Amino acid sequence: MENGNLHIYTAGGACVTSLGMNLEENIANIKAGKSGIHKHEDKNLSAEAFYGAIINKEKLEKAFNLTVYKGIFTTLEKMFLIALKDVLNDYQAYVNEDCGIIFSMTKGNIDDLSSDSPNYLHDLAQKVSRTIGMKNEAIVLSNACVSGIMAVSVAKRLIHTGLYKHCLVVGGDIFSRFVFSGFQSFQAVSNEPCKPYDKDRDGITLGEAAAAIFVSKDKSVFGTKTVYEIVGEGSINDANHISGPSRTGEGLFQSVKSAIDEAGIEAKEIDCISSHGTATMYNDEMEAQAFNRIDLQDIPVFSLKACYGHTLGAAGLLEAVVSLRFADENLIPPSFNYKEHGLTLPLNINTEVQKKDINYVLKTASGFGGSNTAVIFKKV
Amino acid sequence: MEYNITNYCNIKDNKIFHNGQEIYRNKGELPFLDFIKGAYKELEIAYPKFYKMDSLSKLSLIASSVLLDNYKEELDEKMAIVLSNRSGCIDIDRIHQTNIDEDGIAGARPANFVYTLPNISLGEISIKYQLRSENSFFIFDSFNPNFLIAYSKSLINLKKCNSLLVGWVEVNEEAYNGFLFMIEPKPGMELTEKKLLELI
Repeated sequence: MENGNLHIYTAGGACVTSLGMNLEENIANIKAGKSGIHKHEDKNLSAEAFYGAIINKEKLEKAFNLTVYKGIFTTLEKMFLIALKDVLNDYQAYVNEDCGIIFSMTKGNIDDLSSDSPNYLHDLAQKVSRTIGMKNEAIVLSNACVSGIMAVSVAKRLIHTGLYKHCLVVGGDIFSRFVFSGFQSFQAVSNEPCKPYDKDRDGITLGEAAAAIFVSKDKSVFGTKTVYEIVGEGSINDANHISGPSRTGEGLFQSVKSAIDEAGIEAKEIDCISSHGTATMYNDEMEAQAFNRIDLQDIPVFSLKACYGHTLGAAGLLEAVVSLRFADENLIPPSFNYKEHGLTLPLNINTEVQKKDINYVLKTASGFGGSNTAVIFKKV
Repeated sequence: MEYNITNYCNIKDNKIFHNGQEIYRNKGELPFLDFIKGAYKELEIAYPKFYKMDSLSKLSLIASSVLLDNYKEELDEKMAIVLSNRSGCIDIDRIHQTNIDEDGIAGARPANFVYTLPNISLGEISIKYQLRSENSFFIFDSFNPNFLIAYSKSLINLKKCNSLLVGWVEVNEEAYNGFLFMIEPKPGMELTEKKLLELI
């Protein structure tokens, strides 16, 4: 196999969320038991009050003004730029013709669509990319709710095939009326903060965020940071339904299996699972089916959706960045709002910050279109 | 075995081609949705879910049907699907946006909203052909053969698949261009940027 012995790594990362303008602020807030989900009244988004994980725009402006970037940018573009700036602080020297940039997003500047702006995702990506001085053309992955974590797979794949030596990976989406109204029409939005895996869960809470990470085949670029190798990954479609997950969790099962096989490990070697856990009845049950089929039911699992809501194109990447930052300290983050087990099969839901030697972290996601992704990170 | 381009389909200028041969021509200058419905009927695709799809999924489904319905051997159920375009699913985005602009949240319809993600078109192909396989949707400014070749090769090298259905499925109101091709470890046309630019 070409490039068979190539190893591909990541470390650190950055995020801009309802819980803070940088990763450390986010980690401190989660450790303090805080969630970014609050009740909001905003007539531009919804006629009635609603729960959402929404970024404080004053804080966003302040954080953006601390960056070196000048120009007119939308909220989403600012979120991308703040997250990217934090990553570039460490890797600016490697942002050259050997470095690619992969954007993960679902709807881009969708709130501008009503004002007849065309909203082309690639134009947005290219604008952000040029602003930070990238030379190579931006690549946009738009695979629904798996995009964020799948973008890490795409970076690994492109480095593996020799297209780049390094990749910036960045994911983001805003809280929009477009998406909120759509999920409401599906009756998929909870009237309370979402409760992943709980018996009383009744739907998602939406959120907004951006996250970024650097991926490289050169371990030395990460300096003294705790480094993770991307040892296995897979993104397999359910081929079952466009808006509902497979009842047997077939696509997720096969995605995790693809990742485990590539990593060459046993399922029981995984130390924790950063799951998708949207808190819809179907999604959480589907994950229980898939994880049990692969014998992962005893491994501590947590959903960060009760912290951040569902942040769409950012979700998988944000949750990976946060999970790895906890893993740096050999900690497993908590899954909030879980009280009584609400699945037909067992899962080991981790509700408190827990100390454990972490070597392998499994990140999964599933989404519309029958999409699923699994990525395994190994601490090296 | 070398991986080559073994089959391809073009949908453009009111015509559909299979491996370069015209198989459907629209009579007159119909709007895209009438053109693609005409093709669906005349090519006897017989897949009634087609009617509820958005324009992007309709274009993708017809292009994949031309290739896969006419495929002589058993389909590789691990065949990866890699699609790309410029406008995402902008037609259905506009419909959903108009609905909520006019009637607020009450105007939002699940049957429209579900198609407001471009990768739904991958899901539709996966369902029709029962392909439980790698699937990715990318957005570029224009057709990017270099990237599609590199990404396809990475999936093959990493043993994620042994064949692929790849292409460009762009539709934005009346501007459309569908180009799907199969990559297999069989004799065929050389998988190069130059060749793909020739075929699109």
